Parts: sequence; C-alpha cells; structure tokens
Amino acid sequence: MDNIIEVTGLTKRFGDFVAVDNISFGVKKGEIFAFLGPNGAGKSTTIKILTTLLLPTQGKVIVNGFDVLKDKDNARKSFGIVFQDPSLDDDLTAYENMQLHAVLYSVPSGEIAQRIKDLLNFVELFDRKDSLVKTFSGGMKRRLEIARGLLHHPKILFLDEPTLGLDPQTRNHMWQYVQNLSKKEEMTVFFTTHYMEEAEKIAQRIAIIDKGKIIAIGTSEELKKQTATNSLEEAFLKLTGSAIRDEEASNIDKMRQHRQARRGGGR
Amino acid sequence: MNVIYILWLRQVKKYFRSRSRVIGSLAQPLLFLLAFGFGFGSVYSKAGGGNYIQFLAPGIIAMSVLFTSIFTGIEIIWDRQFGFLKETLVAPVSRFEIMLGRTLGGATVGAIQGVIVLLLTLIVGFRPASIFLLPFGFLFIFLIGVLFTSLGTAIASKLEDMQGFQLIMNFLIMPIFFLSGALFPLKGLPQIMEIITKIDPLTYGVDGLRGTLIGVSNFSLSLDFTVLAIVTSAFLLLGSYLFSKIQV
Ligand SMILES: Nc1ncnc2c1ncn2[C@@H]1O[C@H](COP(=O)(O)OP(=O)(O)OP(=O)(O)O)[C@@H](O)[C@H]1O
Ligand SMILES: [Mg+2]
Repeated sequence: MDNIIEVTGLTKRFGDFVAVDNISFGVKKGEIFAFLGPNGAGKSTTIKILTTLLLPTQGKVIVNGFDVLKDKDNARKSFGIVFQDPSLDDDLTAYENMQLHAVLYSVPSGEIAQRIKDLLNFVELFDRKDSLVKTFSGGMKRRLEIARGLLHHPKILFLDEPTLGLDPQTRNHMWQYVQNLSKKEEMTVFFTTHYMEEAEKIAQRIAIIDKGKIIAIGTSEELKKQTATNSLEEAFLKLTGSAIRDEEASNIDKMRQHRQARRGGGR
Repeated sequence: MNVIYILWLRQVKKYFRSRSRVIGSLAQPLLFLLAFGFGFGSVYSKAGGGNYIQFLAPGIIAMSVLFTSIFTGIEIIWDRQFGFLKETLVAPVSRFEIMLGRTLGGATVGAIQGVIVLLLTLIVGFRPASIFLLPFGFLFIFLIGVLFTSLGTAIASKLEDMQGFQLIMNFLIMPIFFLSGALFPLKGLPQIMEIITKIDPLTYGVDGLRGTLIGVSNFSLSLDFTVLAIVTSAFLLLGSYLFSKIQV
C-alpha cells in the first residue's frame, strides 16, 4: 500500500454527540483528495484529528507513516495546513506572520526572504507586507493564510475550505499553484470545499461525509455514475438529501421550547 | 533564526505595539507608590521603620513584574480565541520550545516594565543602596518574570475563555501580591500569616529585590534565589506539560 494517509475506524465524540462516526479511508501519495459534506458533517473535526490538534475518541490515523497519537512530532513535520477559521496574529505584520511560520517550519534561512517575497507577490500582498494584519480585509487575510500555508513545502497539504471568501481570480490562481506544486513535489493535497465545481475540477478522488459517516468515495465520474446524475452537485445533493442541516438543530430547539412551554403551563 | 527567539520577539513586539497597555500598566504601580508611600509614610517612620518609600519601592517593582508577566502568560487565551494558537500547535517543534520562547518573551516584557517602574520610583525619591548590587536586582526582576509568566501559561492552558479570569485575579494573583510582604515587613506577623507568606513564592522575589536594592532582607539572597529558581523550574515544567495537553 502506498497510502500516505490511512484512517481506520476513526470516531470522535463531544460528550454524547458523535461528530465523526467510525470512518475509514486512505489517500494515496501525490493525490488531490476532496472531503465534501454539508455543514457540521465532521470535516473540520476529522482534519483536526489528522493534524494532531484533537485527540480521537477511537481509531487509528497514520500520516506519512507516523501514528498521530504516538509520533506527533514526526507527523507534524509531514504536513502543512490552512485552517477554516482565522489563525493569523493580528498584531503582527503580514511579513512577520510569514517569517514566524518559516522559522517554525525550519525553512532554510537563506531561502526565507525570497520565498516570502515570491508568495506575497503571488497573493498580491507584497506592497502591504509591513501593514499589521488587523488592517486587512477578510479576503486579504485569507490570501495571506494561503501564502503562509505554501511557505514550506510539506508532503501533505491540508486545506480546510481554503477558497472561502476569495474572489474567482484568486481562487483559480491558487488552485493552479497548488496543482503545480502537487505535481512537481508529489505533494498530497487533502481539501474541503462547498464549491462543487471546484472539487469536480481539482480533485482526483472525492469522499462524501454526512453526519459523521462517509457515505460515498470515488472519482467524480464514479460518484455521478453511482447516483445516475450529470454533475457532482446533483450527486452530492442526491447522496446527502436536500434538507438544510441547521434545520435539524432548530427543530430540536423548537421541541425544547414546546416542552418548556408545556412545563411552564403545567405549573 | 530559531524558534525560541522568534516567539520571544513576537511577545516583545506585541508589547511595544500596544501603547495603551504600557501606559495603563504603569498607572497602577504609580498609584500604589504615591498612595501607600505618602499615605503610610509617616505612620511607618513613627513606628521606627525608617523611610517607607525605600521599603515600598522594591515591593511595587515586584508587583508590576508580577501583573505584567501573569497577563502575558494568560494571553494564550486570546491566542486561542483569535485562532493563532492553532498555528503554533501544529508546528513541528517541541512544546517545551514554544513554551520557553513565549515565557522568556513574557518575562522580558515583565522585566522591562519592572525597570520602567524602578525609574519612576527614583522620581518619587527612592534611592538604591548600591550600584554594584543593581545587576542582581535585575536578575531577581527577570526571575520573577519567568516564574509568573509560566504560571500564567499554566493557568491559561486550562481555561477556555476569559470567563474564569476574574476568579483567578481575586483568588490567586491578588493574594500572591498582598501576602508577599510587598507592602509590609514580614517581621512580627501572627504565625498563620507568617506561614502563608512563606508559601508565597513572590515573598522571595520581593525579599531578593529588597536585599539587592536597599540592602535589607529577611532571608539570605542565596535562599531567595534558590527558592525562586526551584519554583520557576517547576512552573516551567508544569506550564509546558499543560500546554502540550491543549486541544483546539
Ligand atoms: N469542540 C467541540 N465541542 C462540541 N461539539 C463540536 C466541537 N467541534 C465540533 N463540534 C460539532 O461537531 C460537528 C462537526 O463539526 P465540524 O466542524 O467538523 O463540521 P464541518 O463538516 O467542518 O462543517 P462546516 O462545513 O460547517 O465547516 C458539528 O455538529 C459541531 O457542532
Ligand atoms: Mg469545517
């Protein structure tokens, strides 16, 4: 097997709530792999476990040959990540954020300045390099985070909704860069997105997760064939249903309110 | 550049960039110095204690180092809320290095603050007894800084948000300050008070500072130093252990 990510029977519970429910899958070396699912499906939770930020309740995760529970340091050396939520230091400048990352990931000191310059130019932030990040717009912050994620060249790159809030130009630009890097350095890419056309175009294989369970896995073609649909979006909707996920939560809330109202009335 | 240095630099830069924080944290020691110094000054000297400002200044310096460094340690909570903590936690460097860089940064910030307060006390009339002991005074200032930054880090590693902060302020930091002998001499205290003051690690910091700044101390300087060094190492280890257990 030449799987660079190997997940077996992974479960994560928060109290009684099962966020990730006994999932198993593998990602091949050099592959671009998409992890799709409705809001709250468990995508970010899975990524956090794969990147040592959260401990699993159960199951085994091997990243680049290292167990993320037993060999955290080596696992951490293997990947880079762009988080879904903000992760910049707002009180530092763009350049300082990049520099800090370069040092944390031991980018050779002779290369740091050039790489930072290239990447900041790439996301068109070089002329703002000395501005504090707190003065940036949301999209600019996102672009900086992506540039930072590409600063060291990891074996595996995790991208949790990297294109959220980015304009189409930047999105295309970014994916091109990532695809090139993946080809050139045999870098594996594991990403999530809610843009189906993005997944269809970029990902070599796709897993669809819903309510913590993987319900389908395969190439975009295979998923379409399996569901007898014409686009990944249709396949996705067919597999996960078209109900909005937050509705469930608010239904439960409604039930609670009813119950409280009844209790209140009985007094 | 190395990891410890860049994390140290981050703390120091952040400190100098928040001017309101610098000024705000100087106001309190100054207020204490003026209110207590001149308020109790005559009572103190009538009781045969001598010049109260001389006695008080090292205590106030210790106080400002205590507050500044504990806050810098506790800043991890902000890093967690604003998300930056994740960036350091996934990095392929040992937790101890991260902790050490942050802590030395916090201690440096605390020490800078302590030195600024020392300069302020000069204006109010404080005079160090000996120039030669001054470097040892700085050593104590820095040790107090390391000790309480690591304590702050340890505490913050267990807190999810700022909610518990008030509790810690009132039940930990304030007692540490008030029971350290920063404001009053430790001689002739009721026994229970004396025991408590001896458990308080800041007591040895204040005492060491008095020893080096005004040449008067309760314990020997080597005892002060040894106790501080041991407690500091323990908190550093505790802090990096708790820090390594953080999940986000
Ligand atoms: N720390 C936590 N404590 C309790 N519940 C959590 C925690 N983190 C996540 N959850 C829950 O786990 C579920 C999965 O969350 P996760 O963030 O993995 O979803 P996601 O698939 O990334 O969704 P999105 O597309 O909205 O980013 C959600 O129901 C969420 O409420
Ligand atoms: Mg998510």
